[in-house]
Formats: sequence, structure tokens, C-alpha cells
Amino acid sequence: MVGLHATEGEPRPLRSLRVPDEVPQFGALQAGDQVLLSGTILTARDAAHARLVALLESGQELPVELRNQTIYYTGPTPTPEGKIIGSCGPTTSGRMDGFTPTILRAGVRAMIGKGPRSAEVIAAMRETGAVYFYAFGGCGALYAQRVRSMELLAFEDLGPEAIYRLEIEAFPLVVAIDGSGASIF
Amino acid sequence: MTAMNRANPDPEPGVQHGKRLIPAEEIYRRLYDGIREMNVVLAADVVAALRAARESESPADGTRPQSRTGSPSAPRPAALPGAACFVLDSILENADIAEREQLPMCQDTGFVLVFVEQGHDVRVEGEPLDRIIHRAIADAYRDGRFRNSVVGDPLNNRTNTGTNLPPAIHYDHVDGEHLTIGCLAKGFGSENYSQTRMLKPTAGPNAVVQAVVETMERAGGNCCPPVVLGIGIGGTMDWAARLSKKALLRDLGDHHRDPYYRDLEERIMNAVNGLGIGAGGLGGGTTALGVHIETYPTHIAGLPVAVSVNCWAERKAVVRW
Repeated sequence: MVGLHATEGEPRPLRSLRVPDEVPQFGALQAGDQVLLSGTILTARDAAHARLVALLESGQELPVELRNQTIYYTGPTPTPEGKIIGSCGPTTSGRMDGFTPTILRAGVRAMIGKGPRSAEVIAAMRETGAVYFYAFGGCGALYAQRVRSMELLAFEDLGPEAIYRLEIEAFPLVVAIDGSGASIF
Repeated sequence: MTAMNRANPDPEPGVQHGKRLIPAEEIYRRLYDGIREMNVVLAADVVAALRAARESESPADGTRPQSRTGSPSAPRPAALPGAACFVLDSILENADIAEREQLPMCQDTGFVLVFVEQGHDVRVEGEPLDRIIHRAIADAYRDGRFRNSVVGDPLNNRTNTGTNLPPAIHYDHVDGEHLTIGCLAKGFGSENYSQTRMLKPTAGPNAVVQAVVETMERAGGNCCPPVVLGIGIGGTMDWAARLSKKALLRDLGDHHRDPYYRDLEERIMNAVNGLGIGAGGLGGGTTALGVHIETYPTHIAGLPVAVSVNCWAERKAVVRW
């Protein structure tokens, strides 16, 4: 299949990528590519997705800009004294599937989580050219150590499920589903 | 039988009327410490198994089984060379960082299961044991800044209890004057794939292997492999499930004492690793780090088999008196 790796071969080189600056280069990413992702991302999981979609569907203004953004599905543990963030590994992405096509059409260009996605999500990714990154389940301390700053953006009442802006440095990820719809799952 | 049943430590002062007395505060303190530590420091046996797995993986290999979960419309690479090494390196680095930074290794700090084995000749002094256990869990989760992950009602009103209480506590009363308390913090990314099956009484060992293989095929990469599998065989449906959890308390490499079941553990391990699910579900030969079987007598008409799937973050603490 064109664009996919053969069974044999060298490991894919680790590729450094910065968001949102390098979002225009997402077209070159292929399912299976190993990436160190840096830059600015947003956190949002179940409850934040439900609220964002409710606002979008009723035509109201969003409390955050979604265009060109990357969303990380995580609900960190409480931030310990003197730390930037608590443990923040990925949660299961499939629970967000029902909301994701609407979120992608609102401008989100990348998602980070774990586990496969629905056919509807893959179709919406093809339509918008968005990319889905796989983060390693359980590695909450590793991802926490690579967060440089955390700032509350919206839905403070949701606690760990609120939307935060994170500055990240070298998140280890694998491209799980690329903009053409090719998938590692 | 298990780590739970092992050596009775030195008898201590406080024996009264033929009963060994253990003060509540001592139990609380050691349990509290064990619960704090298990969420932050990955057990040495698990780290060793992960290191051995990393050594055995070849960066150039990455063959994977056919997809069982993917969308048929989505093309899929047949191999992801180097991906398993990338995942295992990240898991090992995560363990180092968690210990150094005193952060929970995973943000899902789990539902707590407790296995108590209390000798007939031992008495807890000062507070009922279940209250001590509750207090140790609530305080450890608060002070460790672990995520409270328990809702008070499973269906009607899923409100967080705010304390990570209650745990599920199992009590065994045995001969002697020792007390052993084993704790697991069970993450639900893996627990959602645990299963109990009622096999036919004459189904034999192949059917047991097959039941475990099917459980892992269903779980795929979603249960955060490489996994530790606890397998309970015998008893009733619930008893087998309970044994499958108790089996997770054993150290990796601490095999069943009966050679028949030791061989079965090895067969299951090989069958599961042959699935090619691999670390993080990205392929390779390391799907399971260990397989522990626990058995119990059962009814002539049945063969219950329970499989508890635990992610690589096997958080366990065993405290002995």
C-alpha cells in the first residue's frame, strides 16, 4: 500500500514536530511515524467535549480558540506542591468519538490519546486533514515532566477535566491515524 | 501458596491470653506507607521484567497481527519497526521519573483491593481492621495527591466519593498468629477487559489457554500492555474472580508450586506473547510480563476460569506481621 511501511525495515527515525507552527506540514506524517511533539496544546476530556459541542451546536461563542489547535485527552492528578502539573498520561480516546467530528470541523488539527477511533472520526479526519497521535498509556509521570507550563483556560468548575493550555517539550508519540485515514489500529 | 502465605515474621511482644496483639496505629502506618509507595514506585520485579523485555525486543522487528478493532476502510501498516522499543523505553523512563519526582506513575491511581489473611491467634488492638484500612487509603490518596477515582453509586448517580473509598476487602481466616495485608491499586483501562468464564468440567487445559488468549485478543493494545495476568481456576464464578486478583499480588517469576500449573502458566505466557500485540499494542513479542495461576476445588459440574488483566503499572503492596 502506497505510503505505508513494509514488513521489514529500519525503525522510523524520531521526528521532532512543533505545534501549532508545523501544523501545515501534517500532510507528510504517516501512520506509524515516531514523533517528539513540542509546542502549545490544550487539554480536554469527556465533560469539556460535551460542553464545547453543546456551545458549537447552539451557535454560541467558545471560551477557547480551537482553530489550528491540538487537544490532549488527559485528566491530570492534582498538582503537587512546587510542581507544574500532576501525573498526566493519556486517557482512552474512544469516549470522545461522538464529539470529535464536530470538534474537528471547528478547527482542531490534532488529537493525542490512546486506543482506536470510530469510522466517523476517521472520516472527519480525512475531511479536515487532522492527525491522531498515540500517547503511551500509564506514562503519566513522563509526560508530566515534559510539561513546561500549565494555564487554566476554561470550565474551571470541571477540576481535572477543565481545559488547560500546556506548553510541552518532546512528548513521545506515535502517529496513530494520519490525515489520509491510514491507521495503526 | 502465594506471597500472602509466606514466612511468618518474628513473633513480637504483645502476646496476651494466647493471642498476638498488633496495635492499630502500627497497621495504619505501614499500610499508609505501602499505599503511598505503590502508586509512585514501580515494584522491582516489574521493573526487572520490563528491562528483560526491552533487551529481548529487536528495534528492526515490529510484525503485528491482523487488526481486530480497526475500521475496515482504514489502511494499516503491517509492521511498526522500533515502536515496541520506543514504548518500553518510555515506560522505563516513566518509572524513573515517577520515583524521582514522587509523582504517581499513572494518573489512574485505581480502585483499591485489599486481601487480609488473619491468623486465628492474632488480634488487632485499638480499632477495627476495616476502619484502619479505610483510613490508610483515604489519607494516602489525599497526601500523595493521587486522583480519587471511585464513584459512590455505579449506575444511578456517579458522584465521586472524594476519598477513593470504599475499597473491596477480602478476608481469609487461617491458622497461626500472623497477619498479612495485600493491596492492589487496580486501574480500569485494563480492568475493563478482565473476564470470568464458566467452562465445561471436562474442557481441559487447552480450553483454559484459549479463554485467556480470547480475553487478550479482545483487549488488544487498549489494556496498556505488556500486562500481568492473574488467573483464577476453580471455586464458583465469584471465587475464581477473587483468586484471579489475589494472583496479582505474587512477585513476577514466583511460579505456582504445582508443576502442572507451572507448566500451564508458561504455556499461557507463550500463547499470549505469540499474539504479537506487544508493548503499547504496537507489535513485538512482549504482550505479557507474567502469568500467575491460583486454583481452588470446584464442583463436579463446572470449571470456572477468571482472567484479571493488569496493565504494566502493577501497583501492589504486601505488608506482613
